[in-house]
Amino acid sequence: MLRTAIAVTALALAAVPATLQAHRLWMMPSTTVISSADGWVTFDAAASNDVFHADHQPLRVEPAAFAPDGSEAKIENFATGRFRSTFDLHLTQPGTWKVAMLSDGVGGSYQLAGEEKRLPRGTTADKLPGIIPAGATDVKLMQIEGRNEVFVTSGAPTDAVLRPTGKGLELVAETHPNDVVTGEDAVFGFTVDGKPAAGLEVLVVRGGKRYRDTVDEQTLKADAAGKVRVSFAEPGMYWLNASASGQSATIPNAARRMSYTTTLEVLGA
Amino acid sequence: MQVRHQLLLTGLPMLAVATPAIAQTAQVQLTLPRLKVAEYNRPYVAIWLEKPGMPARTLQIWYDFDMAKNEGTKWLGDVRSWWRASGRTMRFPADGVTGATRAPGKHMVRVPTGQLAPGQYVLAIEAAREVGGREVVRVPFSWPPKPGQTFAASGTSELGAVALAFTR
Repeated sequence: MLRTAIAVTALALAAVPATLQAHRLWMMPSTTVISSADGWVTFDAAASNDVFHADHQPLRVEPAAFAPDGSEAKIENFATGRFRSTFDLHLTQPGTWKVAMLSDGVGGSYQLAGEEKRLPRGTTADKLPGIIPAGATDVKLMQIEGRNEVFVTSGAPTDAVLRPTGKGLELVAETHPNDVVTGEDAVFGFTVDGKPAAGLEVLVVRGGKRYRDTVDEQTLKADAAGKVRVSFAEPGMYWLNASASGQSATIPNAARRMSYTTTLEVLGA
Repeated sequence: MQVRHQLLLTGLPMLAVATPAIAQTAQVQLTLPRLKVAEYNRPYVAIWLEKPGMPARTLQIWYDFDMAKNEGTKWLGDVRSWWRASGRTMRFPADGVTGATRAPGKHMVRVPTGQLAPGQYVLAIEAAREVGGREVVRVPFSWPPKPGQTFAASGTSELGAVALAFTR
């Protein structure tokens, strides 16, 4: 089951090849604060230059969803348009819900009979042995892991879906992502395989660039404990992204690139 | 049990000396301005008490509490400062706290605040209107007040003058 999920999300990488470099992948909820006991949130999801402005590629693969108790939840009405996908989440229990898009793929190249070959798109770690032929030399591999998580809360915020798994680049929220307001700094920690991501670069971009002249983005560096403190001058939807690199923990001699993305709704206090 | 009861009884007069009154009633006067707008809906209004280090306490929340299936709760989150401070941990309707929305004009609301420890407090009033704006007015006050003292503040858009006085 897990393996299928990984394979399927790896396809997302293949479907939007340039996305991870040139374009920013985002999922934007219509709201993150629900006060009714039986609420719905609708999402837009796409990749584009300006975050939350759909003008390039839709998200092609349905994300996963998790209820406040950690159980898997259902994404409703997933549909893909020309520029963006939409889907809904039915918040049938109080607490914090998570929508997650995970990708785990392998890219790279090798030399065979004097020719350079690239790994086919959609390659996953488990398919690797069958893909690289015997006699290949100069094998260069890169494991690419992406984690895009968006949280929405019905009633009071809860923590079960925020718990990190200890795998890859993850958020360890000191400030609950659904409890961010202007005038109060938010503190977010990051870990790689459960260890503090000291010195990690974190980018925070405010949506709506189209309606102002400045970009409005903050580049922050995590401290020794892997934490960043973020101030939000203006309310709005913010896109937070961090990336880390290193050596693959599971594929021998492979480099590793990890990214973490979330969307924060910042309300005016 | 007996001892505790006696302690409480004898403790009361002492407490009464330290803080002039015990069970307090706050008298809140607030104005909902009449607004000339294309579509007017009565605002949702929350009144709550804040003190650093103490959980915020909701005194009143006015909303469409009598809609079928509790549908009025859908927009409680629009009263967003209150929702974050206190509302999101409550169940609705809330006894003695929930009320119907009110028309523009002056309103006098009497709300029991219970016992208050001496210190600095803030009475917060927030109004949020469907297809309209939102405003929070905060009235800082110190407890216990001087006799006859009232505390006042004013909003500029969704709320008008706000005054706070206490009675026993």
